[in-house]
Amino acid sequence: MSTEPIIWLTIFVLSIFVGVEVISKVSSTLHTPLMSGANAIHGVILIGAVLVAGTAQSTPILVLGLIAVILASINMVGGFVVTDRMLIMFSRPHRALQKQGRQELEQ
Amino acid sequence: MTPAWAQLGYLAAAVCFIVALKALSSPKTARRGNLIGAAGAVLACVITFLVSDINHLLPIVAAIAAGTAIGVLGAYRVQMTQMPQLVALFNGVGGGAAAIVAIIELADLGAGPAPIFDLIATAFTIVVGSVSFAGSVVTFLKLQELMTTRPIVFGGYPIVYGLGLLAAVAFSVGLVLAPSLLFALLLAAIGAGLGVLLVLPVGGADVPIVISLLNAFTGLTVAASGYLLENILLLVAGTLVGSAGTLLTRLMANAMGRSVINILFGALKGGSTLGATTVSDRPVKSAGPADVAILLAYAQRVIIVPGYGLAVAQAQHTLRQLVDLLTERGAHVDYAIHPVAGRMPGHMNVLLAEAQVPYEQLKEMDEIDPEFKQADVALVVGANDVVNPAAETTPGAPIYGMPILHANQARQVVFMKRSMRPGFAGIENELLYEPTTTLLFGDAKDTMSKLLAELKALTV
Repeated sequence: MSTEPIIWLTIFVLSIFVGVEVISKVSSTLHTPLMSGANAIHGVILIGAVLVAGTAQSTPILVLGLIAVILASINMVGGFVVTDRMLIMFSRPHRALQKQGRQELEQ
Repeated sequence: MTPAWAQLGYLAAAVCFIVALKALSSPKTARRGNLIGAAGAVLACVITFLVSDINHLLPIVAAIAAGTAIGVLGAYRVQMTQMPQLVALFNGVGGGAAAIVAIIELADLGAGPAPIFDLIATAFTIVVGSVSFAGSVVTFLKLQELMTTRPIVFGGYPIVYGLGLLAAVAFSVGLVLAPSLLFALLLAAIGAGLGVLLVLPVGGADVPIVISLLNAFTGLTVAASGYLLENILLLVAGTLVGSAGTLLTRLMANAMGRSVINILFGALKGGSTLGATTVSDRPVKSAGPADVAILLAYAQRVIIVPGYGLAVAQAQHTLRQLVDLLTERGAHVDYAIHPVAGRMPGHMNVLLAEAQVPYEQLKEMDEIDPEFKQADVALVVGANDVVNPAAETTPGAPIYGMPILHANQARQVVFMKRSMRPGFAGIENELLYEPTTTLLFGDAKDTMSKLLAELKALTV
């Protein structure tokens, strides 16, 4: 299947507008978690890394691909987890409080 | 060709990402939004494993497990005060991954004549991915204070930078005309150099803006890799992050009253001469915890201005006890949260929420700023730049134009500081020398405990 560059361009341009629209009303309080969440989303490059590592024909390429897989997983998984850690404190202060209290007791 | 159901799955994942970004923009839905984003990412990965011919399954799964372990460990271990540099690192490795993917794709393309757009996308991904990787590492070093937080500029910087850009363009053209691994690696090296150069002249306080910009860069490289790999989801996800990240960078810069260009290249104009502060030996008024306790004991209206120093000293809990005690004594106490207090916009809210400060007491700048005039005491704890009048009075100061909290309008200002050392932006604060200002030196936690004890003694 030959790729139609114009279709890709269309999707690209429309995505730009969607990206701008969806976050245009963010409050400054949420700048940090939003950046962190967006950061986690581009960790989906993991599927690109898996694809190239999975079709590697030689050992050096495979090793390089596996490095990309590790880096991308760190980006994706770490990104979502750290964003969640930040947001726990925003969305449910009381529950976070109880949880922390329990942790302090356990220590 | 990818089967239709898998394409639909990718579409669902793309929708997840859009919903996630939307939900992340509002406090009520933010956490759910993040989880939706994570679900989309997991869905995308599962589909990829199901539909693609993937060899070397075992090492790949092991690599994912290793990356997951590192990511989770990092995310849980990190102190909230150090969270900005962790986000920078996560972003950097993403950019690095995109660059590697492009290099490998080039090695595969090498077999036959490659379409020109593919080669352009390859060159773009390699250069920008490397910029993002190297730039993020430098931002990490700056935020972790492993290197100076001051802007670094050297003679001939614009020339070196210009040559770097020219070289990047030249080798990109070379790569398109004659695809070779050598060009690819050279491009990666040039990109890394450009990334380092991009971040060096940025002052410590502005580094978070650069993280956000590099985040947008990484998004664009992911979009370009999506084109290379003929994967629509990567294109959409990368573009979303690229455009949302660019807008977010501008919003953050606006919150500091700066333009992005000014933040990146302001230091080149030599504008931050004030950054070269030596500690001045002008007289200041300092006092002990007992004096400040008396001052606070008779204050009706107190506004706390918390800063990064508070969080570093882990004094939030003691501060909260102090505030509780003052409230019991009938004083009206609020926290004034500057949008860029801490190390990133919104960072201070995260830090205080962690210390279980009631959400209602956290007042945003626009709301609280007019009330300083009525305040008996403004207690500045571990903050500096956000109350520095130089932002209004001294054109050329690195923070000039940044909206500040007018703590100087309070009847009395108490600064809790470790030393006379200037704040993160590296400029001196005139407010320290005002006659209404009292300094309380010492480690924030230690001093705060003493202050609390003195105040309790007065209360009984």
